[in-house]
Amino acid sequence: MKFKSLALAATVTAVGLGALATAPAAFAQAKEQFFPLLAYRTGPYAPNGTPWANGKQDYIKMINARDGGINGVKITFEECETGYATDKGVECYERLKGRPGVTLIDPQATGITFALTDKVAADKIPLLTLGYGLSASQDGNVFKWNFPLMGSYWTAADMLIQHIGKKEGGLDKLKGKKIALVYHDSPFGKEPMPLLDERSKMHGFELQKIPVTAPGVEQKSAWLQVRQSKPDYVLLWGWGVMNSTALKEAQATGYPRDKMYGVWWAGAEPDVKDVGEGAKGYNALNLNTSGQSPKVIQDILKLVHDKGQGTGPKEEVGTVLYTRGLIIQMLGVEAVRRAQERYGKGKVMTGEQVRWGLENLALDQKKLDALGFSGVMRPLSTSCQDHMGSTWARVHTWDGAKWAFSSDWLQADEQIIKPMVTAAADKYAAEKKLTRRTPADCQS
Amino acid sequence: MLYRENGQFKSSYRSDQQIFPILQDRIAIGLLLAVAFVAIPLLSSEYLMRAIFVPFLILSLAALGLNILVGYCGQISLGTGAFMAIGAYAAYNFQARIPGMPLVFSLLLGGLCSTAVGVLFGIPSLRIKGLYLAVATLAAQFFTDWAFLRIKWFTNDSSSGSVSVAGLNVFGIPIESPVQKYLLCLGFLVVFALLAKNLVRGAIGREWMAIRDMDVAAAVIGIRPVYAKLTAFAVSSFIVGVAGGLWGFVHLGSWEPAAFNIDRSFQLLFMVIIGGLGSIMGSFFGAAFIVVLPIVLDGLPYWFGIPIDTALASHLTFMIFGALIVFFLIVEPHGIARLWSTAKEKLRLWPFPH
Amino acid sequence: MGFFLETLFGGLMVGMLYSLIALGFVLIYKASGVFNFAQGAMVLFAALAMARFYEWFPKWFGFENKILANVLAFAGAVLVMVVVAWLIERLVLRKLVNQEHITLLMATLGITYFLEGFGQTLFGSDIYKIDIGMPKDPIFVLEGMFQGGVLINKEDLYAAAIAAVLVALLALFFQKTATGRALRAVADDHQAAQSIGIPLGRIWIIVWSVAGFVALVAGVIWGSKLGVQFSLSLVALKALPVVILGGLTSVPGAIIGGLIIGVGEKLSEIYIGPMFGGGIEIWFAYVLALVFLLFRPQGLFGEKIIDRV
Repeated sequence: MKFKSLALAATVTAVGLGALATAPAAFAQAKEQFFPLLAYRTGPYAPNGTPWANGKQDYIKMINARDGGINGVKITFEECETGYATDKGVECYERLKGRPGVTLIDPQATGITFALTDKVAADKIPLLTLGYGLSASQDGNVFKWNFPLMGSYWTAADMLIQHIGKKEGGLDKLKGKKIALVYHDSPFGKEPMPLLDERSKMHGFELQKIPVTAPGVEQKSAWLQVRQSKPDYVLLWGWGVMNSTALKEAQATGYPRDKMYGVWWAGAEPDVKDVGEGAKGYNALNLNTSGQSPKVIQDILKLVHDKGQGTGPKEEVGTVLYTRGLIIQMLGVEAVRRAQERYGKGKVMTGEQVRWGLENLALDQKKLDALGFSGVMRPLSTSCQDHMGSTWARVHTWDGAKWAFSSDWLQADEQIIKPMVTAAADKYAAEKKLTRRTPADCQS
Repeated sequence: MLYRENGQFKSSYRSDQQIFPILQDRIAIGLLLAVAFVAIPLLSSEYLMRAIFVPFLILSLAALGLNILVGYCGQISLGTGAFMAIGAYAAYNFQARIPGMPLVFSLLLGGLCSTAVGVLFGIPSLRIKGLYLAVATLAAQFFTDWAFLRIKWFTNDSSSGSVSVAGLNVFGIPIESPVQKYLLCLGFLVVFALLAKNLVRGAIGREWMAIRDMDVAAAVIGIRPVYAKLTAFAVSSFIVGVAGGLWGFVHLGSWEPAAFNIDRSFQLLFMVIIGGLGSIMGSFFGAAFIVVLPIVLDGLPYWFGIPIDTALASHLTFMIFGALIVFFLIVEPHGIARLWSTAKEKLRLWPFPH
Repeated sequence: MGFFLETLFGGLMVGMLYSLIALGFVLIYKASGVFNFAQGAMVLFAALAMARFYEWFPKWFGFENKILANVLAFAGAVLVMVVVAWLIERLVLRKLVNQEHITLLMATLGITYFLEGFGQTLFGSDIYKIDIGMPKDPIFVLEGMFQGGVLINKEDLYAAAIAAVLVALLALFFQKTATGRALRAVADDHQAAQSIGIPLGRIWIIVWSVAGFVALVAGVIWGSKLGVQFSLSLVALKALPVVILGGLTSVPGAIIGGLIIGVGEKLSEIYIGPMFGGGIEIWFAYVLALVFLLFRPQGLFGEKIIDRV
């Protein structure tokens, strides 16, 4: 009895003292470029989050091994598990933002992005949200620190509607058709709605919104509703375990999978692998290619995996989300390189300097080829006003065993999106009492 | 030797009935308040403030509210996250829709909205008891989860359903830096802790405890179960609602309904049980334990220099957390507050054995 | 009308599956007085064990036959659940005899966290497949009466059949075998059972093992439909209204409650849901259970709560 209470008291005291000791290391002069890697390897979204995180880590390891860093500056990283939860994401951010040489943050989650958008402006760390996050943050004049490179949910939705329109023989043929949006009931899933509403008004198709309660493991009612209303097309806006469940339920209710179109976060191997033949014909957007042939993947296999340093299994290298993680990390590294061109080659860049680098990226085809990314993605160039850099994507289809591209390159229609983005950015600026950046500020 | 009350005679009822009748207790509390208000803001780092002290203060406020319902009145509630959410969103709406609304008023009005809903969901407790009530309160949890995602009016028509606040100030003093946030939360906590302590010492507290111990017997001697149970729900929801408002405004800054989901409810219930049911001190102990433990567990591998994969670290955290909860319940089912009062009792006799 | 029947069937099928999970809760509550919040984690743990053993056994023991792999994996998973039951009884239940309900509830919550972490450490966090040869495509019946026919999911039909067989087996076990009688005695009155020589500890291990077995069957069925991943444990949250609606101590209550909640959920989501923008089924189930409880505070078939002053 006595021992037990003693042990208990000891535990409690240890926990209490532990609290005081968990403050991060004191600030030291930065000698290395530090990337905090927020990731989730547990929870309902782990199957998709893990290859993404592995891609980022492998790219850093490869750059250190192949090039010795960025112009001689070595890259360090530390991973922090968020579980896709906003509060853990904020806690990871707070813990890692004070490290010397911190570069940028890729939260890997829309919810965490929303929470961090206000904080990064005060802490001066850029937020890289490739293909997700606040759609309005494309407007760099208001969102100085957010970079939704290569696309946002509005561009994704736009491209899907364009593709469906092409399939029907013209956007005017969409009149009277029914399109159902089966979405993850969270900020991520609701983000495309303003654009879809706009397009539905323009072309006269009926948009049916069917929510799936997070994390989306029970979808029978959603798909019964789909069966009841028999839409011509279903747009799948899911993440993690919701995607494979959706495909399984679609099969169980007999909805033709080839009429289903997923966003680029609903079109990767973990989503269709265990459905296999049942997902044959399912289409999704993709920002990048997959496969092990690009030169950068070969470099990683040679310099990282062959040396036993690979973060994940070798079979995962070159999958859709892994490659996307590579791209995100590559853009971060190139932003640092660009910043070094202005602020001092071979020096460690601060968050502000990296932000300038992100805002002045100019990756044309030649540069991409030199980096080993030829054919993987399209050229990208950002500016003060445009924090997206490129608005291209393609549709790929699952044939039961692998993905194959089934469309040409699509580009989001800036005529529709730009006014929406500007209006949303203005609304945000009014709410937060910010003013648009001046041209002088753009040069700084 | 140190903790005796010889020579401390009370000459008025008032002084006899004070919360801390022993002088040493009063000195200890005074020192604690001095440390809390002065020493901690001056000495601790920004990270410590932001990541440990501010969540600890807000969650101990919420645990205080829950302890009143579960510990003092015996009504098990698994829907606390819902009441926090209502407090947060209501305060947000008052703040966003009425220009020039003072922050403190918004938070208190948020608490009042939470009270109204709390009383509504407390009505079933008049019929349903025990574990059935616990699961029935989950109805409140899931309903509010859904309502704040679906009903656009609550989130001021934001397209994504997540809301954010900025530019907080209390009567002109800005609440931007961690120290200011900490002091605001500390202020709220001290005021509410005092109110709660006085409530549970008074007639209403005794009614609650009677209902908790034997509700039929309590009804027989004239305590109205309706009044007691509904006031417990009301007071508890008010405190939890204000805590929810503070959590959203001060700690998170920007939140979505998932911030107040069922995991939060379980977390608060853990705090109350581990801290000690039916004890105001217990809420603080429990909150400290539950806030600090995951952070310590997450950082443990790095202190020992063992590089382990973050997924494994996260799983280990889960496992150790679960195991510690069970260990605690086996060793001290009445919570840390019982350990504390045992320690105080031993201290009264020290250095004598009896 | 055809679609209404489809929704009805779908609800009944899903209700059977909820009943399976609720059965685990009821069994444990009846015999050891513990409300086992860890049932969801047990479903997940069992399903993960089965899924991974199905992958690993052929590799370790070098055979190809899928049916053999399934059988061995199932046996392995049953063994794992028995070990889990034994550990829980020794390390947790024995030390918490006679504690209040809420303490026991919190202990099972602690066990939930532990099992979730341990399961993912041992077996991984990816989505794993359980392939017991269930048909995936739907069938259409009554095509003459209703245009397009009424869709019935074959997998759900098989699952409901398996659930019914399991319930029948359990009923036989409880009524006809000596252990079953001992279990019922313990459920009635712990002290009386102990006084006639029934070993309480062993009975608890048996009950938790049976509940583990039920969790395994539920896990296999759900896993075969949806794939096995961490989020499977959240399905248990949908089975809680079934437990309180039917009564914490009643096996027929779990079944009838399951059917009511299943049908209620699906009908409400399809017909009332669109008026509110959808997504109402989870709270509707709880509100439905709450309304029933207001009229019968102990659930439909539960034991009346007698307060002695």
